[in-house]
Formats: sequence, C-alpha cells, structure tokens
Amino acid sequence: MPFKLHRRGFVFASLATAGMLASPVLAMTEAGARALVDKVVADINGVIASGKSDAAILNDFEGLFARYADVDIMAQYALGNDGRTASAAQKRAFTDAFKTYIARKYSKRFRDFIGGRVEVVSARPIRSGYEIKTTVYLRGQSPYEVAFHVSDRSGRDKFFNIYIEGVNLLLTERTEIGAMLDQRGGNLNEVISDLKSIG
Amino acid sequence: MPLSYLPKVISRPAILIFLALSLGACATYQDPATRTDGINDPYERQNRSIHGFNKGLDKHFVRPVSQGYAAVVPPEIRQTVNNFSENLSMPGVALNSLLQGDLRGVGLASLRFVMNSTIGLAGIVDAASEFNIPEHTTDFGETLAVWGVGEGAYIELPAYGPSTQRDTVGLVTDILTNPLTIATLKSSPERYIPPAAKGVAVLNDRDRYKSTIDSVLYESADSYAQSRSIYLQNRRFELEGGSTSDTTDYIDPYQQ
Repeated sequence: MPFKLHRRGFVFASLATAGMLASPVLAMTEAGARALVDKVVADINGVIASGKSDAAILNDFEGLFARYADVDIMAQYALGNDGRTASAAQKRAFTDAFKTYIARKYSKRFRDFIGGRVEVVSARPIRSGYEIKTTVYLRGQSPYEVAFHVSDRSGRDKFFNIYIEGVNLLLTERTEIGAMLDQRGGNLNEVISDLKSIG
Repeated sequence: MPLSYLPKVISRPAILIFLALSLGACATYQDPATRTDGINDPYERQNRSIHGFNKGLDKHFVRPVSQGYAAVVPPEIRQTVNNFSENLSMPGVALNSLLQGDLRGVGLASLRFVMNSTIGLAGIVDAASEFNIPEHTTDFGETLAVWGVGEGAYIELPAYGPSTQRDTVGLVTDILTNPLTIATLKSSPERYIPPAAKGVAVLNDRDRYKSTIDSVLYESADSYAQSRSIYLQNRRFELEGGSTSDTTDYIDPYQQ
C-alpha cells in the first residue's frame, strides 16, 4: 500500500466503496435470497426422500451443487495467493477440477441430513448479498445452525459460502488446497490432477 | 458440534502431567485478531507431534472400540449413557453460568439437572427436552473468555485433542472443581463415574460423527492444519453466543 489509512479514514473509504458498489449492483432481494435457500432445502429433501440408491443420491447432490453454488468464486478463493502466479489455462483447469472435488466432498455431508429437516430461520444483508440462517434438525441430535451466504455477483442467485456451526467452506478449502500445494512443492498441475480423484 | 474432532477420552493423568509442565508457560494475553491468519500457533512443532500421537490413538484404539461399541450396543441404550453423562455435567454448567453472570443459563442447567435426575431416572432419560427446556452447556474456558482473558496459543492436548491455552486452563479447572467429583472425593469408587460415563459417551459421538471425523483426520491433505482451523472456527463461534448474526468479519470473496 503506497499510503497508510487511519482506521477512521479506512472505514469511510470502505463505506463509500461499499455504497457505490452495493446500491446499483445489488439487484438481489432478501426474498430472492430466501427463495434460493428454500429451493436448495426443498431439493435436498426431495433427493433424500426419493429412495434412490446411495450412488444415485450422491449423483443428484452433485447436480444440486453445480446448480446452486457459485463454484467459480469458491475455486478462486480456495486457490488464494497461489493463484497469482498461475496461468489462465491453469486457473481454468483448477476451477474444473475443483468443481468435481467440492461437489463430491460436500454431497457426502448432505447425506447426513437423511431423516432430518432444514428450516430457514432468518435473513440479513451482507456486503455482497444476503446471509440466510437455517436450523438443521437431525434425529437424536441437538439442532444446529447452518448459514448460507448468497449473492448474485455471478450473474445468478447462488450461494458462495456455507457456515456449519461457525465452520465455513471457503476457509476450510483454502487450508486444504494450501496444504495440498505445500505437499507437492507448490506444483499446481499435480494438485489439479490429484483433485479429480479425491474428495 | 458436528464438525469438531472429538477423541476426548478423558485421561486425567495425561492431562495433569501435561499441565504441570505447561502451566508455567501459559501466556493468555495474545490477541488473535492482530495476526493476519487469525491463528496463533507458536508451538506448532510440539503440537504436530502430539497430533501424530492422537491420530495413532484414534486409529488403533478410539475408532475401532467405538465401532465395536456401536455394533454391539443398540443406539437407544448408547443414548442413555450420553444423557447420563450430560446430566452429570449440569452442576458444573450451572456454576460456570453463575460465574459468567448468565442467570438464564443457571436456571436452565439447574432445572435440567433437577428434572432429569428425578423424573429422568437419575439422568438416563432426557425428560427436560421432552418438556422443551432448551439444552445449555458451557465451561470454565468460556467463563475465562467472558472475563476478558485472551485465547492464547493453540495447543493440541494428548488424548483430548485441539484446545487453546485459555481452554486448557478452563478444562483443568472444570475437572478439579467438578461439584460431583468434589462431593464424592472421599468415597473413591463413585468419583470415577463421571469420567467413565464421559468416556463411553465420547465413543458414541466418535461413531455418530464417524464420516465427518474420518474425513478430517484421514482424508484431508494436512489433518493437523485442518483440525486446528475447524476447532478455532467452531470454538470462536460458540463463544460469540453460537450465532454469526452480528459478526462483520465474514469472508467476501467478491471484493478481493
């Protein structure tokens, strides 16, 4: 940074930026964000109730993830600073591999919802959209909170982060991808090819 | 706590020895917010070797035993042990709520303890939940946080798992001041009931959250870094009152 902002100056600057960015761009409404999460929840419950085989259920969940999650921004965040040195082709390859990996990994988590139900509790605006809080009720377990962060910055209403009892997907995956890169001496191409077979 | 990784088999000697060694070094005033990644882990080297030990303990003991327990004992019976163990923790929860000035918490913990100890048949039935009395839990680590003590460094405890300096002090204080243990200190067999029940309850939890815990411990690229990140995220969430509603430090990947 060429100059140092005082905290107050910084707050003003960010408020100004946020105001400029938020008002014209934010076409998304709270109702729209709630509707998205309602649809995700209904679709998850529908897949669970379908009585299909485990493999078919997993497949359906992967489809839901691709439809409702902004996987491009998730991939970009997970790659973090290591993405700066990557070529455009590498970034594309990484995003593709990450899509499969993330859908497979979190679809397995969705399976834990079998026999349970998800209820939308509240909504509040956040910088790039809305936070929709839900409570997950599972058999023989205390209910817990899952928050979806939803935005239309991708061009469509999609969720870009999930917080399960405070543990969020973006940070967890940045840790994971960072560790994978470390183990492979920073070789992104190896990470890309390995991502396709794990998760 | 579905995502935290919980091989919390209470091993009192191990914890006490570890504490005797480390309490002198406990500095609980470091502010995690001043660090860019939000993680304060100056003891990473020691922590990683304890993590290796804990992973071995889970792989060769906790995980297989929990699977055997789940295979032999029906879920309803396993649940009664969890209820019993949780009920025994309620006097301590009431005490800590009082220390935090949380009178609602004192009321909930006391009411649950009285109801479950009587109509809940000494705690094996969670009668209070049948009457829609919300669950409440806390510990001395949270009391310290309420009192303004900083989180301190990240520590992975042998057999217990992820913790921080503040939570380690809290854990030991909770063990040493457990009203039920103190009350029965002289008549030796009974005082082993709370930790024994806790140990069995932990086996049930290890099996119930099997797929999540396995994915963190055995499928992630760096299980140490991943369990550290997940523990700290979840613990900070709990200490903020179990709600993300007022926090402004959420991640915004669109503005980076």
